[in-house]
Amino acid sequence: MDRLRRSTLSLGLLIAVLGLATGPVLATPQETITVASTTSTEQSGLFKDLLPKFTLASGIAVKVVALGTGQALDAARRGDADVALVHDTTAEEKFVSEGWSTKRYPVMYNDFVLVGPKDDPAGAAGASVVEALRKIAAAKAPFVSRGDRSGTHTAELRYWNETGLDLGAVRGDWYKDVGQGMGPALNTASASNAYLLTDRGTWLSFKNRGDLKILVEGDKRLFNQYGVMLVNPEKHPHVKAKAGQAFIDWLVSTPGQNAIAAYRIGGEQLFFPNAGAR
Amino acid sequence: MLQTLQETLSRLAALDPAVIAIAGLSLRVSFSAVGLGTLLGVPLGALVAVSQFPGRRLVVGLLNAAMGLPPVVIGLVLYLILSRSGPFGGLGLLFTPSAMIAAQTVLVVPLIAALTRQIVADAQDYLGEQLSSLGLNGAQRAAILIFDTRFSLVTALLAAFGRAISEIGAVLVVGGNIDGHTRTMTTAISLETQKGDLPLALALGVVLIAVVIAVSAVASLLRSYAMRAYG
Repeated sequence: MDRLRRSTLSLGLLIAVLGLATGPVLATPQETITVASTTSTEQSGLFKDLLPKFTLASGIAVKVVALGTGQALDAARRGDADVALVHDTTAEEKFVSEGWSTKRYPVMYNDFVLVGPKDDPAGAAGASVVEALRKIAAAKAPFVSRGDRSGTHTAELRYWNETGLDLGAVRGDWYKDVGQGMGPALNTASASNAYLLTDRGTWLSFKNRGDLKILVEGDKRLFNQYGVMLVNPEKHPHVKAKAGQAFIDWLVSTPGQNAIAAYRIGGEQLFFPNAGAR
Repeated sequence: MLQTLQETLSRLAALDPAVIAIAGLSLRVSFSAVGLGTLLGVPLGALVAVSQFPGRRLVVGLLNAAMGLPPVVIGLVLYLILSRSGPFGGLGLLFTPSAMIAAQTVLVVPLIAALTRQIVADAQDYLGEQLSSLGLNGAQRAAILIFDTRFSLVTALLAAFGRAISEIGAVLVVGGNIDGHTRTMTTAISLETQKGDLPLALALGVVLIAVVIAVSAVASLLRSYAMRAYG
């Protein structure tokens, strides 16, 4: 009798716990899509501003998983996201040519800036980004790299490549490869007074700047294009193609583009819509 | 440092409802994981304690070692299993609270089982002769010893809860730290640290510690009340 009561009790407990665990999943009838995106869009606060507007217009909720561009595209390849919104045009075109998506839509751009200590020991201020990197390497001034296959990291490697220097040969203790998102990399640079390449959006919303300031900006190489792609439902049948496409269509529509342009921090515009671009 | 602390205090006063929701999710995930972990781990640990079988010492050794499983590795393995390209991808559980509960359950089961085994084994050493005179089978002995050590087991469950609610590796990987959906106290603290908003991160940390202390205090009170009433 006692044992019967105990097992009934534990069964009840089990059901209660499972109910607790699955309740909220069942209690969201609203359609939800998952977007794999980059740390820069999340940490700059853009999504927090943008997504409620889309949800209001469409009734579709958006869950954003913020990863580096490389990781975000990998998650999309595995079918763990419906849409990818990233910033590495070469990698995006490869994603499409491999058949993981049927079309890439340009959405917006912002730019990269090179930040560094106010006293600028390498004398990088005002130079072109490529020249600035040469000076930093020559001075062996501390430099922080994302090192995480993100869009910002691939851009940094592209600029190093343009310097004509062999990064593998010249790098030493001064080159710190942190392997983390934009925020942690900025924290590291701020704590060690190092130079680093960051997107302007994350920089503007970053609060722990210490002695860092922008040293190089406006170089046209620093242009940073974002693109959005629906994961190909032929590769992953569970992809919510209709809702995902609705999100993409909204982003490139006039209301979506206006919402992107309207997002500001301290009066400064972070992202510039350019859905008509290549 | 002082300035950060000062700002932390002012941020604490201004914490918005979103923080309450995040704390609620943390509690829900970790309570569910400890609940499931109790149902699996306590009987498992007690049965290992009272049974004799070949390889028992190896099992005990594995249980004890598994207490140190790194959360981020558990998260990664679960990620690969629950990913759409993984064996259980069809469930669509990745990036949901359920996936986080599953990961934390895997995290706490060895801890609960190993501590239960130790507590029950000690009680058995103490009561062994009386028990063997009753002629009970293994499951009955385990049930009696679990009942007998229930107040000590509360401490084991608290340890498991502490491990679950404070970990970040597993929930970050399988949950994805999605705003309003799978963001917990630990992933929120990490995110605010990444954004360089150290006062807000610290304020969230204070809330998390307060929650842990409150849960532990309530458990101790219930335990001492129950000991007086039924002990």
